[in-house]
Amino acid sequence: MYPFPESPRGPITHGAIDATGMPALVLLASMIGYGSMAREAGLTLWTSVASTGLVWGLPGQIAMVELYALGAPVIAVMVAASAANARFLPMVLSVMPLFNETPTRRRWHYAVAQFITLNPWAAMMRDGPRMNPAYRTPYFAGFAGVCIAAALIGTAAGFLMAGALPRDITLSLVFLNPLFFTLVFVSTRDRGQILAVLGGIAAGPLFHLVSANWGLILTGAVAGTGAYLIDRRIRRRHD
Amino acid sequence: MTDTTLWAIVLLSGAATYVWRALGVAIAGKVSPDSEAFRLFACIAYAMLAGLIARMVVLPEGILAESSLLFRLIAIGLSVAVFFASKRNLPLGVAVGLGTFALLTAVWS
Repeated sequence: MYPFPESPRGPITHGAIDATGMPALVLLASMIGYGSMAREAGLTLWTSVASTGLVWGLPGQIAMVELYALGAPVIAVMVAASAANARFLPMVLSVMPLFNETPTRRRWHYAVAQFITLNPWAAMMRDGPRMNPAYRTPYFAGFAGVCIAAALIGTAAGFLMAGALPRDITLSLVFLNPLFFTLVFVSTRDRGQILAVLGGIAAGPLFHLVSANWGLILTGAVAGTGAYLIDRRIRRRHD
Repeated sequence: MTDTTLWAIVLLSGAATYVWRALGVAIAGKVSPDSEAFRLFACIAYAMLAGLIARMVVLPEGILAESSLLFRLIAIGLSVAVFFASKRNLPLGVAVGLGTFALLTAVWS
């Protein structure tokens, strides 16, 4: 009934193994970039590492570090970090139904939500529906655990290596992030999601030019809803 | 600024980000993965994330802004082409894209 092949080593190890490789490598690389950026902005080693663990969303962390470096008031930094991470609302909304089917108690979902970022989210959206519901939460825990470990190590390493890496290497490390996720997103197989990705690619930069603060939210609302409506119309026609 | 200010900023930014996550859990409530609401949420999330990635490539902030837009587009285009030509081999696609970008940047900058 659930075609996702289960590992004899159990779901936690299975998730951890799947995250070890490309996802962990990409996180390590982009967090090395973040760690050195945080140091240049004036953060300490421990606040840099803590920001990765507690905020756990790179765009928000970058907004936080940039505004701190400019000497903005604490409240302004907080609001900017939160606004840059607003995508967590649709991300949690879209992945949480997969956890609603699990036997896990609902209050645990609030813990699951803290560990959602792009990598474990994409893995759950792709493989979660094919998994036995009881397999999902522990698999996610293993996957997200490896991701956060790689990110914390990357942040510390980036902080300690700041200034020591040649510019071209830093450039490639930072480029790895959008490169990897481009491939992750173009490989979706669901028609509605493919339409949403294509619409998002077209609208994202365009709406960003219209409003740097609201461009992303606008992109989700317009391209996402549009893709859903087109997909629904096609589905209804075939019924 | 003091260390206390820094910790306050980190903790408050974490808490302010968590508000979105908690809101997501609360609203998602008992939504089933087979429902229309789930499909709509998924489309919105995919559009937003694809838009974010496209923005990072076309209009990057930070150090990536120092690289050439043309090089970034060539690397991404080649990477996507190899990815699909190789029956979705992710490590190969990433390696080709990264190699192309590194090479172009190293030779012309």
